[in-house]
Amino acid sequence: SAMELPPSHHRANRAAALAAGYVCYRRGSPGRGLRLRTVRRAGRRDIDGVGPKYHLELVLEDIVDEDSTVNCTAEVLYHLGNKNIAPDVQFTIEGELKNTDEADNIFYSQIKSLEKELVAENIPDSHGHVSPEMEPIRLLAWVASGYVMWQNSTENTKFQFAQIKHVKQVKRSDEYLEFDYMILLHEMVSQEIIPWQMTVLWHPQHGVQVTQDSRQPKHASE
Amino acid sequence: DQVLHIVPETFQQVQHLQHLCSSLLLDLWKPLLPEDIWAGEDLHLRVPAPLVQEVKDSLDQHVISYKVLISDVQELVDQSMRRERTSHTQVPEGYVYTQYHPMEEIYQWMTQIQKSNSKLVTQHYLGKTIENRTMYYLQISQPSDKSKKIIWMDCGIHAREWISPAFCQWFVKEILQNYKSDPKISRFLKNLDLYILPVLNIDGYIYSWEKDRLWRKNRSPHMNGTCYGTDLNRNFNSSWGSIGVSYNCSSEIFCGSGPESEPETRAMAQFIERKKSDILCYLTIHSYGQYILTPYGSTTKPPSNSEELMHVAKKASAALMGKYGTRYEVGSTSLILYSNSGSSRDWAHMIGIPFSYTFELRDKGSHGFVLPPDQIQPTCEETM
Repeated sequence: SAMELPPSHHRANRAAALAAGYVCYRRGSPGRGLRLRTVRRAGRRDIDGVGPKYHLELVLEDIVDEDSTVNCTAEVLYHLGNKNIAPDVQFTIEGELKNTDEADNIFYSQIKSLEKELVAENIPDSHGHVSPEMEPIRLLAWVASGYVMWQNSTENTKFQFAQIKHVKQVKRSDEYLEFDYMILLHEMVSQEIIPWQMTVLWHPQHGVQVTQDSRQPKHASE
Repeated sequence: DQVLHIVPETFQQVQHLQHLCSSLLLDLWKPLLPEDIWAGEDLHLRVPAPLVQEVKDSLDQHVISYKVLISDVQELVDQSMRRERTSHTQVPEGYVYTQYHPMEEIYQWMTQIQKSNSKLVTQHYLGKTIENRTMYYLQISQPSDKSKKIIWMDCGIHAREWISPAFCQWFVKEILQNYKSDPKISRFLKNLDLYILPVLNIDGYIYSWEKDRLWRKNRSPHMNGTCYGTDLNRNFNSSWGSIGVSYNCSSEIFCGSGPESEPETRAMAQFIERKKSDILCYLTIHSYGQYILTPYGSTTKPPSNSEELMHVAKKASAALMGKYGTRYEVGSTSLILYSNSGSSRDWAHMIGIPFSYTFELRDKGSHGFVLPPDQIQPTCEETM
């Protein structure tokens, strides 16, 4: 039985946050991060033997250029019986996302030409500042964290990216860029700050990939 | 004006300095009060320009050595910030409201605010934190022969939500700068008293500056000092411990050992309980999320005056949006966020305060708790 939800309902916005994270992971880059702006409509129905399925109409905005928005419809299916299966997410984006080829290629060449591997900490810093050179590093973490959120979400969680504690570039002989991140995620329901390690691969033509990730104990980031 | 650094060596020197401070009404920067001057401890004293020579002569006479810490206070102030040209500045000159301030500066700000606006503002003792720091609230009250209803606003229940104390300070500044010229504010103050608590969770706030930026709770020790902190917003006596909490100290939503187990909670609750029949509206400021939340968190059953509560909140949200287009969602916590019990806002409503709201300020998550200071002004302006 299908049920329409008020768009501000926590069930709707938890599913929406998850969907937005997934979309961002699939479509994001160091030049483009997406985030949820509004939930326009939300519906929920139970799929026998599997779990609740949400149908969502969302508006996503570009983190860098907030006036750039797209409409997105998404379906999120939570697998109730099996906590080890990530929710299924399907989505379509209406219209075109901003083209970031130029910014992506500039960032790619910059990193490729570094003599020493990039290392950085605390992005943003305690006062919320991100230096312009670090903005693509932050966006890349934001995008990659969408994967972690997708893989670890349930109906009772809502994740937000909080901060990069530490990032280190790993030089590769192939064309990919690789970064080892330690990030902090904020989980809204428990209010916990969760350190999470991720190995992130990126190439302008091949998108973002998280090849390895692991949740860390609370004080791992200190 | 100059700031002198003195370390009194004997009790007689302490006495002389105390006498000097009170007889010349000198501005003590450190410590805050003359009775806290001790031998062997640093003293920082601001001396107005016309009195500098007299004070120095007096110190020389009593063989008290001093160093000039700041030789020209005005120059320092001018250097470090852009000055706003207002003809009636009743706020501390040079205090930058578009920056985050550590607790020591907020204490100084409160003292200064009262000094510069003594007819309207009084600073009051609320209680002590678990680490024995003093909590103060500011009362903004226009002298009048009729008794007035009260609006209470507290900030800084959760340490990491820096925009919240920043908003309380901004709010006070706006009221004091504009109460004469803005008819809305002056009508407001004719009929209402404002009680503002800039930081409730002082220990936690300091900890978030010095040790862990994303700390949330207070700093009460548990389990023999192996675990710290109670979530003050789960510690009030409103269905305490029933839902949306943890009984484990290591959790961010640990509700404490019992309702009002924390001195911070107790101090605030006792005060509000005493004044409750005069309190019209209870506001508590948090971040982030951009919400105006109404009771309750512990149940989805709506409060008795739910229609009125929602109506007022919706108007607030519309006004907010009118400023910069920022969307604030309106609704009960249990509907929009999650179930929780022991929140201050629920408690305020349960004891009879009719209008009780939680404001979750900017943003929606891109910076979250670590909101950059350039967002302080727009956040505060729209929320006013």
